[in-house]
Amino acid sequence: MYTEKVMDHFMNPRNVGEIENPSGVGEVGNAKCGDIMRIYLEVEDNIIKDIKFKTFGCGAAIATSSMATEMVKGKTIEEALQLTNKAVAEALGGLPPAKMHCSNLAADALHKAIEDYKNKQKQKEQEQNK
Amino acid sequence: MRRVYLDHSATTPVRPEVVQLVNKYLTETFGNPSSVHAFGREARKGVETAREQIAALIKAKPEEIFFTSGGTEADNMAIVGTAMANQTKGKHIITTQIEHHAVLDTCKSLIKQGFEVTFLPVNPDATIDLELLKSSIRDDTILITMMHVNNEVGTILPIKEVGQIAKEKGIIFHVDAVQSFGKLPIDVNEMNIDLLSASGHKIYALKGTGCLYIRKGTKIAPLFFGGSQERKRRPGTENVPGIVAFGLAAHLAGQEMEAEAERLTKLRDKLIDGILEKIPNVQLNGHRTNRLPGHVNVSIRYIEGESLLLMLDMKGIAASSGSACTSGSLDPSHVLLAMGIPHEIAHGSLRMTLGKGTTEEDVDYVLEVLPEIVEKLRSMSPLYNSMKLENNEECSKCTQKR
Ligand SMILES: Cc1ncc(COP(=O)(O)O)c(C=O)c1O
Ligand code: FES
Repeated sequence: MYTEKVMDHFMNPRNVGEIENPSGVGEVGNAKCGDIMRIYLEVEDNIIKDIKFKTFGCGAAIATSSMATEMVKGKTIEEALQLTNKAVAEALGGLPPAKMHCSNLAADALHKAIEDYKNKQKQKEQEQNK
Repeated sequence: MRRVYLDHSATTPVRPEVVQLVNKYLTETFGNPSSVHAFGREARKGVETAREQIAALIKAKPEEIFFTSGGTEADNMAIVGTAMANQTKGKHIITTQIEHHAVLDTCKSLIKQGFEVTFLPVNPDATIDLELLKSSIRDDTILITMMHVNNEVGTILPIKEVGQIAKEKGIIFHVDAVQSFGKLPIDVNEMNIDLLSASGHKIYALKGTGCLYIRKGTKIAPLFFGGSQERKRRPGTENVPGIVAFGLAAHLAGQEMEAEAERLTKLRDKLIDGILEKIPNVQLNGHRTNRLPGHVNVSIRYIEGESLLLMLDMKGIAASSGSACTSGSLDPSHVLLAMGIPHEIAHGSLRMTLGKGTTEEDVDYVLEVLPEIVEKLRSMSPLYNSMKLENNEECSKCTQKR
C-alpha cells in the first residue's frame, strides 16, 4: 500500500534525533489518534543549517517526517515556510487515502518550529534593545 | 529471507490433506447435492460426512449443523434469527464489549429495530464478571451472545458458567467459537450452548465456509429464502468443496487437538516470556494462562503498531496490531479500550498467533529480531526519551527519600 519512496524513508529515515540548544522546536500531535511529531531546528543566518525529528506514529508519519526534514534542510526560513503537506506527500510518490491525516503532521510541525524560532528571535531583539 | 507467519487468528493456510480432498470435489465429485443422479448423490454424501465430522467435534447431532458462508454469516443468523423468532417474548439481548464486529454490529443493527442490547464491560484481562452478567438479565432477555475466545487478546471466556446461567433463566445462549473451534474442547451439552458459530479458514480449511450449530428445538428464523437446502434454514446450492474441506479439517483438528495445544502452549509461553524478559516497558494483554494456546498479544510502549508491523514484515515476520493506525479509523481496537488500556498503549499492541507451521526456530527468530526493531523505533519516538527522563527523576527522587 505504500510506495517504494515511502518505504525507503520509513526504513532509512533521514534526520532522526534531537538537537541540543535548538533555535526552535515544534511539536504537533493528533491527540485522538495519539500520533506525535517533534521537529528541532538549528538556524544560522536565516538558513536551516540542521534539522532533526522524532515521531511516534505509523509508517506514513515517519516517512513524511523524514521527507519534510530533507526537503527544507539548507533552505531559508522563507523557503521552508512555503512547504506544504501536499508537497511532502507528492515527493513521496503519494500516500494511501487513509493516511492523509497523519501526513499533515510534518509540515505543521515544521511551521511550528519556525514560529518558535521567530518568537525566540523577537525575544532576543527585545532584550538587546533594553 | 526467513518467512514467519504469525497471524493464524486472521487466517490459516489450507492443509495438504484438505487441498487434495477439495481438488477431488472440484473436478470429480462436482455434482449438485440436490440432484438425483450418481454425481449428485456422491456430492451429497460428502456434505453429510462433513456434517457428521463437525458435529462430532462439539458433541452435537449432525442434523444440528447448518453450513454457512463463514463465521460472520453464522453470527448474523444466530443473532438476527433468534431476535426475529423470539421478539414476542422479549427484545433484550446481552453481549460483551469485546465481541468481534460480526456480533457487535449485528447487535447494533437490532437496536435500530427496537431491540435493547446490554454490552457487558470486561475486566482488565478481558474476562467477564458473572455477577454482573446475572444482574443484567431481565424478564425480557431472549439471548446471550458471547465469544469463547477473544480473537484479539486470546482470553478464554467462562462459557460453561454462562451456559449454566442461561439455562437456569431459560435464555437462548449463542457462542461465537470461531477462534476456539478445533483448538479447545467444546461440548454443547455440557456447556449448555444453544447456538454456536464456527469458521473454516481458521482451522486450515477454506475461506468463505463455516457453520451454525442450532440445538434441536431452538426457535430461529432464516435470513435467506430460496431452495430447501440446509432444511430451509440456509437455502442456496451448497459450497460442496468448502464444506467437505471444513469437515475434514475439523476431523483432523479433533484428532490433533491435545498434542497441538500442548505444543503451541509451550511455544507461546516461550515467546511471551522471551519478550517480557528482553524488552523493557512491555505488557502482556489478556489473561496470562487462561488464553488460547498459540495466542500472544503484547503492548510495547512508546512505539506505534503499524510501524512495528512494517518493520517486522521487512524481516519476513507477519503479525497484526490493534493500533488505530492499522484500523483505518482514529481509534485503536475496541477490545483493548474495553479492557481499560489507554490509547497510547493500545497503539503499541502486537498480536502474534502461532499455528501448525510454527516452529521453535520461528520463535527464536522473533525473539532475535523484535528487540532490535523495538529499539530502532523507540530511538525515533519523542515519547521514549522524555519517559526515560521522567523515570530517572522519579528514581532519583525515591532514592533521595530513602
Ligand atoms: C471471533 C470471530 N468471530 C467471527 C469472525 C468472522 O469469521 P469469518 O471470517 O469466517 O466471517 C472472526 C474472524 O476473524 C472471529 O475472529
Ligand atoms: S500516525 Fe496514525 S495513521 Fe499515521
